[in-house]
Amino acid sequence: MRRYPRQSHRVLQVMTRLLVPFMILFGLYVQFHGDYGPGGGFQAGVIIAAGLILYGLVFGIQRARSVCPPSWARVMMSLGVLIYAGTGAVTMLLGAHLLDYDVLAHDPLHGQHWGIFAVELGVGVTVTGVMISLFYGFSSARNSIDRKNSGLPSDVEASSTVEHPQ
Amino acid sequence: MSTVDPLTSAASSVGQLPALLIMVPLLAAPVCVLLRRELLAWVLALIASATSTVVAWQVFMHVGEHGPIRYAIGGWAAPTGIEYYIDTLNATMLLLVSGLSSIVLYFARESISGSIGQDRHYLFYAAWLLCLTGLLGIAITGDAFNVFVFLEISSLATYMLIAFGDDRRALVASFRYLVLGSVGASFILIGIGFLYAATGTLNMVDLAQRIPDAESERAVLVAFSFLTIGLMIKAAIFPLHAWLADAYHRAPIAVTAFLAGTATKVSLYVLLRFFYSIFGADYSFGTVFLNGILLPAAVCGFTVMSLVAVFQTDLRRMLAFSSVAQIGFIVAGVALATEAGLSAGIVHIINHALVKATLFMAVGCILYRVGHVHKPSLDELYRRMPFTCTAFALAGLGLIGVPLSAGFVSKFQLIDALFERELWLVVVLVLVSSLLSFAYIGRTVEIMLFRKGRAAPSATSTGVEHGHIDGINEAPLGLLLPLYAMLTIMIWVGLNGDLTLGVALDASRDLLQGMRPLGAGAGS
Repeated sequence: MRRYPRQSHRVLQVMTRLLVPFMILFGLYVQFHGDYGPGGGFQAGVIIAAGLILYGLVFGIQRARSVCPPSWARVMMSLGVLIYAGTGAVTMLLGAHLLDYDVLAHDPLHGQHWGIFAVELGVGVTVTGVMISLFYGFSSARNSIDRKNSGLPSDVEASSTVEHPQ
Repeated sequence: MSTVDPLTSAASSVGQLPALLIMVPLLAAPVCVLLRRELLAWVLALIASATSTVVAWQVFMHVGEHGPIRYAIGGWAAPTGIEYYIDTLNATMLLLVSGLSSIVLYFARESISGSIGQDRHYLFYAAWLLCLTGLLGIAITGDAFNVFVFLEISSLATYMLIAFGDDRRALVASFRYLVLGSVGASFILIGIGFLYAATGTLNMVDLAQRIPDAESERAVLVAFSFLTIGLMIKAAIFPLHAWLADAYHRAPIAVTAFLAGTATKVSLYVLLRFFYSIFGADYSFGTVFLNGILLPAAVCGFTVMSLVAVFQTDLRRMLAFSSVAQIGFIVAGVALATEAGLSAGIVHIINHALVKATLFMAVGCILYRVGHVHKPSLDELYRRMPFTCTAFALAGLGLIGVPLSAGFVSKFQLIDALFERELWLVVVLVLVSSLLSFAYIGRTVEIMLFRKGRAAPSATSTGVEHGHIDGINEAPLGLLLPLYAMLTIMIWVGLNGDLTLGVALDASRDLLQGMRPLGAGAGS
């Protein structure tokens, strides 16, 4: 696959390549710093997904799909719920009430910290998965119709339908 | 916070059961999605649902012996944290919802095998489990905001389940329910918000104590109004039932059987919880005169909707309108605000859930074999599907309320309660509505049993033709087994009417007293 699929929008493409890693990094910061500052799973999930969505908008949906296949997004959605609910199940197995994080570490303060960390991670994973699935859901409907009409499933063709054709 | 707080020790014999009830289906749902295999997902969903049923049974027995259970989530005691509060009423609801889910889920596999693509089954079961989680959560929680959260979980899963219907119109039905359901849910949320503004708490027990001396009486009144409308939409009480018929008609029949038995019933439970336990019967039915709205709505509901049901040609639609009518009976009992009326309502919640689920399952069997449930075309179906038709007829008797059937207990109790309040006109209308239900069920059974097939379109044709049902056999065992399991439970409940009535009387006594902090909980 070529590094830059089309000659137009070269500036956008180069800038996007530059930006996406930082967006994901910022998303991770918001995720893991959420215990101390503003942030948390919801915001982080949206930011990380926004990185991929930007990539998809500029480089075309096919490329975004090859980076993160829709099946991954589905796995992420359920995995996040599993992490959240699993944290609750672990606290129950350790003899405390549902989601009572005190028992997760040697002392209650650390326990609470670990508990929130795990739960927020679950939220972040699910939100990322849901945002990506929504993006794929809305973009692929149009894409499949266009592909049916043109009969060309190629990378370039698909990306041009998402962007403004010139 | 220590792990051994007084709440745990007070309810040590129940331990983790209340949390387990919610956690099992919630954990199983994402695992279903990850498994992706149709059979594995079904088995897992069935195990999760059955586990919930067993747990619900244990909780039910415990509540019967030791009184209400309070379970603090995260170890944060009641007014601060979220708690689960289980008394007789919600223990019954939990048992009803999880039990129905288990039986109908067994039914679902065979029933959806033809209509939903094999590769999407795992999503169906995951949505089912989430719906179950939501419904159980609404019933179990003792926190007003938590009710809304679980309501959203169950509603979103329900929209998805309805959209699984084999027909594109299912999407429209689902969207319609989505719009109306969201309006209902936001009204409930606004109501809860106003309650929070007026009292500064979300815990139900705490709310019940603080509402009488809330600062702003108007905020409480606004909260009350929003909750009333929101819950009336969600419970499909007569003028606000528009979403129900289409949703029940278009959804996969297993989903319809499940929803008919649980979704509206759980909303009715929330209605009881808010109007009796939280606002208190004196406020709801004395000061605000809620019966002025509910009773006429209920009476119009069961009269008009029974009449509408008579003229339906599709069995699913007929039963859907009949559901709205039966909800009218429940609400009529509830609106009386007497012990007899309230217990009549609660018994009818249980009985109607069982009866309607059985009826929809029988219709599901017919749909599976015949391919349609157009009432006038089911001539002499009894000869082809004797077991299914017998089940339909027996469940139909329960719906009409003939003596020794499930419906009789509740209708008798309702009429008794109406006599007590001397509402003669309503008594007459209840009887008229029962006659109407006899008309639509009787007509269906008559067509199935006796009516000779009209001249077949062509003698040589085989298979399904208009009104000609040669080559149709009895439904497979995978459908008949759960149908008869449900029928047996329904008949058992009908024969032992005093048992359910006893539970309902206990529950209504609790409700009329309003919510009180328990001895064990108050000490902590």
